[in-house]
Amino acid sequence: MIKEERHVLVIFPHPDDEAFGVSGTISTYIEMGVPVTYACLTLGEMGRNLGNPPFANRETLPLIRKKELLQAAASMGLSDLRMMGLRDKTIEFEDDEKMVKLVEDLINDTNPSLVISFYPGLSVHPDHDATARAVVRAIRRMPVADRPSLYTIAFANNTLEILGEPDIIHNVEAVADKKIATLNSHASQTVWMMRDMEKRLAENDADALKWLHTERFYTYDWNNDFE
Amino acid sequence: MQPVQPNHLQELLNSFANKDVYIHLETTNGAYAGHFKEGFFNAGAFIRNVVVNYELGKVAGDSPHRIGLKLPYGWIYAQGITHYTVDEKDRLLMAGLDPEGKLAVSLEISETPFTY
Ligand SMILES: [Zn+2]
Repeated sequence: MIKEERHVLVIFPHPDDEAFGVSGTISTYIEMGVPVTYACLTLGEMGRNLGNPPFANRETLPLIRKKELLQAAASMGLSDLRMMGLRDKTIEFEDDEKMVKLVEDLINDTNPSLVISFYPGLSVHPDHDATARAVVRAIRRMPVADRPSLYTIAFANNTLEILGEPDIIHNVEAVADKKIATLNSHASQTVWMMRDMEKRLAENDADALKWLHTERFYTYDWNNDFE
Repeated sequence: MQPVQPNHLQELLNSFANKDVYIHLETTNGAYAGHFKEGFFNAGAFIRNVVVNYELGKVAGDSPHRIGLKLPYGWIYAQGITHYTVDEKDRLLMAGLDPEGKLAVSLEISETPFTY
């Protein structure tokens, strides 16, 4: 069961961050008629996968990933996609206040009842953690009564130790086709993984189906703040 | 990009010598290296749009090649270069791709600035 929302604001640094663990949730909200905004901070300019023989180079990769992101948005039925123009792998080096302001502006503009992002310090990529810090700081500055809920994704190897099990579990089986289409949209990043995954799904592999059908979040706990 | 043809690449390096050029230089193991292999010492470096004027550029070694640029007061080099191309903006883009097609190093030279 996925709770009704006024507006959902999704904030991630890389095209494809939404695909793995949130695209089913986004697609479901859109089918429910809940408006969703996805702010993607970079175009994944520093992605390493160029293929051998290469299908891209350092300078063409962002253009390819931008097209993939637009296609992913279309796959989810998402119409409010915002590309924020920062550069991959540099988020943590931006001015911290500038990053908080960027999130505040998005919140002021969309008035979300729910924000979805990463969990600070447990999201492995420096851009993920830096994005998460800015999101938490921006929401923390709001009066408690006005704060949107914050669902976070954490996948560092020690996540279970630190946070335990996620408290929000979304079954997104009904939109599995859209999720697969979103994952396939990011072909430059996912083509190898999806080749294996689609084979496992065709064989009804239980782990693969669970991975596809379940999206898990930690509600950010203001009594257990990261700083 | 195509596999390095040393003679052709050498000609291209010569064509950018003694001019003010913008440099992109990057080495990387990927941000996830320490996640997939615990204890992995993840090091890399990145420079983009630094202007230099090199007096000599050279392709060295067998594939993967080493590329060195001699500056009036210093050096730039990259090792592990496997592929190169000249793009539609006449920029020389060189990269070192591992057998899986993942970029490990890149060195790019342009007379005009690279994007952000
Ligand atoms: Zn990411």
